[in-house]
Amino acid sequence: MTAPELKIKDLHVSIEEKEILKGVNLELKGGEIHAIMGPNGTGKSTLAQALMGHPRYEVTKGDVRLDGEDVLEMEVDERARKGLFLAMQYPSEISGVTNSDFLRSAVNAQRGEGNEVSIMKFIKQLDKKMDQLGMDESFANRYLNEGFSGGEKKRNEILQMMMLEPRVAILDEIDSGLDIDALKVVADGVNSMRNPETGFLIITHYQRLLNYIKPDFVHVVMQGRIVKSGGPELAERLEAEGYDWVKEELGIEDETVESKA
Amino acid sequence: MSIDTEQLFDSQAVTRISQSQQEPEWMLKRRLKALEQVDQLPLPRLEKTRIDRWNFTAFDPVSVHDPVSSSEELPEEVQQLISSEEEDTVFVQKNSSPIYLRLAEELQAKGVIFSDLATASREHADLVQKYFMTDGIQPEEHKLSALHAALVSGGLFLYVPQNVTIDIPVQVVFWASGKGLGTFPHLLVVGESGSHFNVVANFVSDPDSDAVINGAVEVFAGDNAKVRIASLHTEEKETTEVVYRRAVVGRDADLEWIVGDLNSGRTISDNTTHMKGNGGNARIKSITVGAGNERSNLTSTVRHWGSHTESDITARGVMKDQAQSILNGITKIEKGAVRANGVQAEKVLMLSREARGDANPILLIDENDVQAGHAASVGRIDPIQMFYLMSRGLSRREAERLIIFGFVGPVLDTIPFESLKKRMTDVIERKLG
Ligand SMILES: Nc1ncnc2c1ncn2[C@@H]1O[C@H](COP(=O)(O)OP(=O)(O)OP(=O)(O)O)[C@@H](O)[C@H]1O
Ligand SMILES: [Mg+2]
Repeated sequence: MTAPELKIKDLHVSIEEKEILKGVNLELKGGEIHAIMGPNGTGKSTLAQALMGHPRYEVTKGDVRLDGEDVLEMEVDERARKGLFLAMQYPSEISGVTNSDFLRSAVNAQRGEGNEVSIMKFIKQLDKKMDQLGMDESFANRYLNEGFSGGEKKRNEILQMMMLEPRVAILDEIDSGLDIDALKVVADGVNSMRNPETGFLIITHYQRLLNYIKPDFVHVVMQGRIVKSGGPELAERLEAEGYDWVKEELGIEDETVESKA
Repeated sequence: MSIDTEQLFDSQAVTRISQSQQEPEWMLKRRLKALEQVDQLPLPRLEKTRIDRWNFTAFDPVSVHDPVSSSEELPEEVQQLISSEEEDTVFVQKNSSPIYLRLAEELQAKGVIFSDLATASREHADLVQKYFMTDGIQPEEHKLSALHAALVSGGLFLYVPQNVTIDIPVQVVFWASGKGLGTFPHLLVVGESGSHFNVVANFVSDPDSDAVINGAVEVFAGDNAKVRIASLHTEEKETTEVVYRRAVVGRDADLEWIVGDLNSGRTISDNTTHMKGNGGNARIKSITVGAGNERSNLTSTVRHWGSHTESDITARGVMKDQAQSILNGITKIEKGAVRANGVQAEKVLMLSREARGDANPILLIDENDVQAGHAASVGRIDPIQMFYLMSRGLSRREAERLIIFGFVGPVLDTIPFESLKKRMTDVIERKLG
């Protein structure tokens, strides 16, 4: 495996005819951690979902390449098999499908036909990672996310990430709903995967998470664009002062959840 | 098209069937009485399925085959349905003829009766007279049940005496083979009080068969008995099957139906459980998968007569292509069934636009002091769920497969016999293509 390289150029995305992303540019390489911050409703999840290929998000313009390959041309599962992973802000619940059956199918899909993991080896791996995340064994046999608490769902997303070992991991508000101990556990999980062959795009509202997972770059999304980029100190300033100063600096008004389209 | 059944099946033909099986006189009389009713009775009335053009009568009702002396002489496909261990109890009927029967010695010693119906009607007349088409399915219900009573051939009688436990599931195969034939499989199961056993019945056909199968399953679970019966139907494209299943559940008895309506042709499946004794408990679990141009009308009914009786109907249907299926659930609580509790849930998952699936839950309650509940839904695969699964690398097909098996899981996952579960899983996989 080589270090991944994700290039997003002038990405425009609409939901139900409404343009949400209006030209996002971003480059991410293996070993890097990029944090994305920004007020509610500005398009952070939209960026994440569009990268993964969510059916409701329509890319109207722009280009996304992973190692030079056109991501937007790929089916969702193909993107995943190329190493893209999205820990979702609101993961689906799927009744009747156990967590472990699902994970094994996913791991095997990644490995490809004829190269399936042995059940024993899979179970060992799963046990180990669940232990690392402080998840009770019973979660392996529970139906996928069904009835999971908010924090349990987030841990389960991280469990999937750790089992699948993606090349580019996008984490959408993985810290929301986590208690303080869980936050640390999840951050440790992410840090355990830090290596030159994995890049992270971490969407968060809080510096808290970034205390544990030190980002290399911090980007601020407003009005469907990345309006400001910097190092870790940018996140610290946002935590302390909020977004007003950014808006002022850039002459942006009215960027709140109530903003009218 | 109306067919004059009297001309197709006259009393001489019916007499010949009875005599060729050396049945006693009373059995012949019952047949002839039923034959008279065939013309007077209407077809069953079905919700939302037109059956007036289905073939129920144009066939040769008798097709005789020689018995085989060992299960190895059975064709591969039939052998696969049964296991041939020494201690197993197995019955195979091909069209009209029972061709293979083996009762484990140990069970024989315990007084278990396991024989074809004609033999049973000679050797255990009292029992057969009491249970055969009396309190289970009755000839006078409609034209098709009368036709069954008149033309039934072969058939199996399983009798489990008081307090006898059978550990290994009893295996039954009704096999339709050839063209232009009608078959009338009949499975009569009587479990005396305190008996404890399982039966797995397979209804199969050859791939090219266009048989009309008019079958009946009757199950009597005596007081405190614990009976589990699986009825798995995998008849092929050109077949038409009508199957009436009836169970009568005694005091504090426990009955479980596992029904796989997995035919590829036309199906009427009607399952009725009578909760007669106080304190009885019944669970009815069914799965249907429709593909191609299949048509099916599937009804699960529970009637509560006894007090403190409990029932639970769980039905799942998956419809693809142009298949059409009507799933009816009927829970009826009769006056006097105090503290009865009947619940049901029918769910249909549609995989194509052209498929049609209906889930009709019906509660009929004539007693005040009861509990009852129902749920029904018809839906499609959620594209957001698909996205979620595919975002982990699963192909569309694999993601769909997981969702479908998750959907039928509440029935499939609770099947206690691994071999049956595996077989149902395989059939479902095959039907989903
Ligand atoms: N189905 C939809 N129809 C119309 N607008 C939508 C739809 N889905 C999302 N939006 C809008 O798109 C905008 C961007 O949403 P997005 O989820 O990307 O925000 P976000 O930056 O992730 O916010 P948060 O911080 O609250 O998670 C929001 O204004 C939202 O209301
Ligand atoms: Mg969001």
